[in-house]
Amino acid sequence: MGKEEVMLLDFWPSMFGMRCRLALTLKGVEYEYREEDLRNKSPLLLQMNPIHKKIPVLVHKGRPVCESLIILHYIDECWPDTYPLLPSDPYERSQSRFWADFVDKKFYETGRKVWSTKGEEQENAKRAFVENIKLLEVQLGDKPFFGGERIGFLDVAVVPFSTWFYTYETLGNFSIQGECPKFMAWVKRCLEIESVSKTLVDPDKVYAFVLQMKKNLGLE
Amino acid sequence: MGEEVKLFQTWSSPFSLRIAMALKLKGIPYDSVPEDLSNKSSLLLEYNPVYKKIPVLLHNNKPISESLVILEYVDEMWKQNPLLPQDPYERANARFWAKFNDDSLMPSMWTVLRSKSEPREAALVEVMKNLMVIEGELGGKKFFGGEKVGFLDIVMGWLAYLIDAFEEIFPGLNLIDPERFPLLSTWMKEFYNMPTIKELWPAQDMLVSSFKAHHRIEQKTE
Repeated sequence: MGKEEVMLLDFWPSMFGMRCRLALTLKGVEYEYREEDLRNKSPLLLQMNPIHKKIPVLVHKGRPVCESLIILHYIDECWPDTYPLLPSDPYERSQSRFWADFVDKKFYETGRKVWSTKGEEQENAKRAFVENIKLLEVQLGDKPFFGGERIGFLDVAVVPFSTWFYTYETLGNFSIQGECPKFMAWVKRCLEIESVSKTLVDPDKVYAFVLQMKKNLGLE
Repeated sequence: MGEEVKLFQTWSSPFSLRIAMALKLKGIPYDSVPEDLSNKSSLLLEYNPVYKKIPVLLHNNKPISESLVILEYVDEMWKQNPLLPQDPYERANARFWAKFNDDSLMPSMWTVLRSKSEPREAALVEVMKNLMVIEGELGGKKFFGGEKVGFLDIVMGWLAYLIDAFEEIFPGLNLIDPERFPLLSTWMKEFYNMPTIKELWPAQDMLVSSFKAHHRIEQKTE
């Protein structure tokens, strides 16, 4: 399949975009990566995602797929023979979906509050953030990865958030390693996998980006 | 047989109704476990500790929560009368619009219903915009699923029974005008009258009185 057939409209620090990059990499699918300037969205992005005007958007054979978890499903279904992301058992699949949806509902907002708020609001966000991670730790159990012996759908859905942890820790003044060592051990195991370390962005760069964003938003 | 299917639900929730529809369409017998949301059962809290919400599907003693997750499970477990299309792109499309319904359309509708007169106008604009998009998605098809009822019909099914109730509660509130939304209006009638689905609809008078009772305070101060 030619590289020009698969295109990803994305924004480098986006955890949601990273999910898609990782899935495509695990599947060995070649794709064209297109960086979007979210303050100046391209006509292509607006055409491909007119409803939400957001990244990531996967464009495959000219047709858009939006929403990162939907994109992960699509990638898994279009390239089913290489590296299946979802487990095969329906119940296990439902659990992967439930927890990925949990991450969408809880992680992003809580994380955002950790870096963008102060005082009591920030303390509450930090508390909630740690609680959410601990729930995921229970799901992980004794397995090396959420997917079992190798990374799967839920690992792909969660691990990109780790690139923002340095930012959360620094701006929130707490240690995720200290609060959730088991989770951080899982992150470390993921980063030992070449596809993951190749795909995930540099946490220092994320931090610099967020500092700039705070300045732009007047949130000093 | 040994396959025990239980659905923790309420009589009026559109979310648990989706699951009932899916099970019925596939001919899966199940036990309905009604929940009083003001006094949740210890079983519900055990089966859905994260959100403590209905619906919860219990199958072979394993609980599944979140209606869209449950729908996909039901579709994968029982392959007759498939809900999602086969083609990956069509599946992505159905999932996208299901999420749009849950994250955008429904919340905009609740905002209209909870607003006082002036903010209601602004909220209504948002609802109309969302409904227009859905009208476009339906296009010339009989159902969102094509010739047969599918995943998205079930997800959007709440429109078929709740809109009439809302229009009764708020006279003058014209949510789905057949002239503005000819395709959606036709679909609503078709879907409402489907034999397998019809017996699942909550009674409109009960919906109206329950809503009014629940929002009595807001109604008085208007």
